[in-house]
Amino acid sequence: MADAKTPDVIDRSGTPLVEMRDIRISFGGIQAVDGVSIDVFPGEVVGLLGHNGAGKSTLIKILSGAYQADSGQILIDGKPVTIRSPADARSNSIETIYQTLALADNLDAAANLFLGRELTSALGLVDDSAMEAETRKIMARLNPNFRKFNVPVSALSGGQRQSVAIARAVYFNARILIMDEPTAALGVHETAMVADLIKELKAQGLGIFLISHDTREMLDLCDRVSVMKNGQLVGTERVEDVTEDDILSMIIMGKNPKREAA
Amino acid sequence: MTDTSSDKSASSGRGGASRSLFSQLELDLRLLGMIGAFLLICVLFNILTGGQFLTPRNLFNLTIQTVSVAIMATGMVFIIVTRHIDLAVGSLLATCSAIMAMTQTSWAIDLLGIPLGSPALAWVAIVVGIAAGAIIGAFQGWLVGYLTIPAFIVTLGGLLVWRNVAWYLTSGQTIGPLNETFQLFGGINGTLGATWSWIAGLVASVAAVLALVSARRAKKRHDFPVKPMWAEFAVGAIFVVAIMGFIAILNSYQIPERVLERQFAAEGLEVPAGYTASYGLPISVLLLIAVAVVMTVVARKTRFGRYVFATGGNPDAAELSGINTRLLTVKVFALMGALVAIAALVASSRLTFHSNDIGTLDELRVIAAAVIGGTALAGGIGTIYGAILGALIMQSLQSGMAMVGVDAPLQNIVVGSVLVAAVLIDIIYRRRVGG
Repeated sequence: MADAKTPDVIDRSGTPLVEMRDIRISFGGIQAVDGVSIDVFPGEVVGLLGHNGAGKSTLIKILSGAYQADSGQILIDGKPVTIRSPADARSNSIETIYQTLALADNLDAAANLFLGRELTSALGLVDDSAMEAETRKIMARLNPNFRKFNVPVSALSGGQRQSVAIARAVYFNARILIMDEPTAALGVHETAMVADLIKELKAQGLGIFLISHDTREMLDLCDRVSVMKNGQLVGTERVEDVTEDDILSMIIMGKNPKREAA
Repeated sequence: MTDTSSDKSASSGRGGASRSLFSQLELDLRLLGMIGAFLLICVLFNILTGGQFLTPRNLFNLTIQTVSVAIMATGMVFIIVTRHIDLAVGSLLATCSAIMAMTQTSWAIDLLGIPLGSPALAWVAIVVGIAAGAIIGAFQGWLVGYLTIPAFIVTLGGLLVWRNVAWYLTSGQTIGPLNETFQLFGGINGTLGATWSWIAGLVASVAAVLALVSARRAKKRHDFPVKPMWAEFAVGAIFVVAIMGFIAILNSYQIPERVLERQFAAEGLEVPAGYTASYGLPISVLLLIAVAVVMTVVARKTRFGRYVFATGGNPDAAELSGINTRLLTVKVFALMGALVAIAALVASSRLTFHSNDIGTLDELRVIAAAVIGGTALAGGIGTIYGAILGALIMQSLQSGMAMVGVDAPLQNIVVGSVLVAAVLIDIIYRRRVGG
């Protein structure tokens, strides 16, 4: 599919949707992220690649508000923003779909979709019927086969749970989506469904950061890839400029053979 | 509907004609099991005591004995659902009781100049007691939530600390008799009488039916599937019969003649020939019902309650959803503290005095009530009505054995064993229904 990709149509001349500049964070003396800068433009998917412990998840958790950087800047539409908590990230239209599927297993799909942002009635009480109705609407769009609205999400399959997590991001009109291994727990068919969804969201103009270990999947879905090693950025490349082998040597050796040669 | 995971998974997934009678009624199987266990205990003890157990008098006593533990059990549900534990409730009850007793017999009189015997003393004592309970609870919650000391340790320390704070406050003395207005919350000294009890029952029945109607309307408005009409009527009828039956039982407990004579003599009158009167609904039971309704609404219909269950189900997910789980812990423990203070009001006014050993071993009864009532120690699952039923089951076991004449050590051995067995049954049940 990589060869069928249309030439780069993303306009990267303007201001990036998100820019993370010179981000640093350390845990107990270990520099987990060491001066990394990445950005994403509207309608673009940027993949983050690297070994376990390369710092991808840590970097992205700074954007989603789970961690706070020791230094560095985050700009949205060119304006610096402060993200101290997941709530700050959400108020900047950043939504995250976590590797571990951040769902409360004992609650149903609607309660999870609206967790932290419940719809309330005039009395200030949570309006379960309204939330279920909204959940039915969004799921009809994302996953029409979804029926299990009244059971705890622990009773759902991996793909169904993932669609709840994605519905949460889509429902609240995210402009920036962070997906940490969104297909890691899924079967082939469900993986394809998530891939289609990513393409649709991209077409709607969202900026997406995607983390995955599957290099081939990344070359299919992403417009650019940023490779990290030992907390540092090895480089960011447009996918049409690199081969899978180039990416692998960036991941493993920490350098791009083509650039070295040039 | 966050806390009824088991009945939902049981009633969904199958559609059409194969649905069983129970699933059409959408009744909670666990609830039915607990009611069954309670009825079994009642019938068993009634046979063993030769019909003494199921008398209006004993049922009246049973309800007023259950109130204190049941009120605390509703708070313990939230504590356990958020994966914590509170071992200090019995001792905190003693501290709250001591504070309320000292306020009405000494502090408020000295500081505010309220005359002894004034009803205002009772209200000042209640407000001070509940505030103290909430503050102490919040402090323990802060130690757990912000300083990340395990709740087990914080409240194990609290078990010792608050028992002896109570002792210190009262210099180890028994404080009483308590204010007469205060004593209205104790049970037998404050009841509604027959007429008001019937009115309370009617109001409760109407409220229950209205709740069913509004739930059905909300579902219809969004075109969700609803129960067949006959099932709605059946559930409504069960509610009304249960409420009015309960009132009828309480109302059939007549005030003994010599008590009536004393009451009339106090006003310089004679008891008219053939005059009878009923105790009716105790104010303490009314208080428990109010607490149960409020706590159920909090659990199911407020954001706070939703976050309590979400945090119990997956603390990381709750935090990533922007929920301040640390502050939530403080709030949950503060709520527990306030409920302990309300329980202290009921317990001390039932005795008509404050004593040093008040609330001893209540932590065990409260935790047992919550757990027997289906609160999962792993967190995330539990119901308010379950905890209250659990408290009622525990109390009827204890009262029944006392009436039969079982030795005290044997009573405790049975209660302890029942707790363990109940958890085992719960584990097996959950495995079956996949909850």
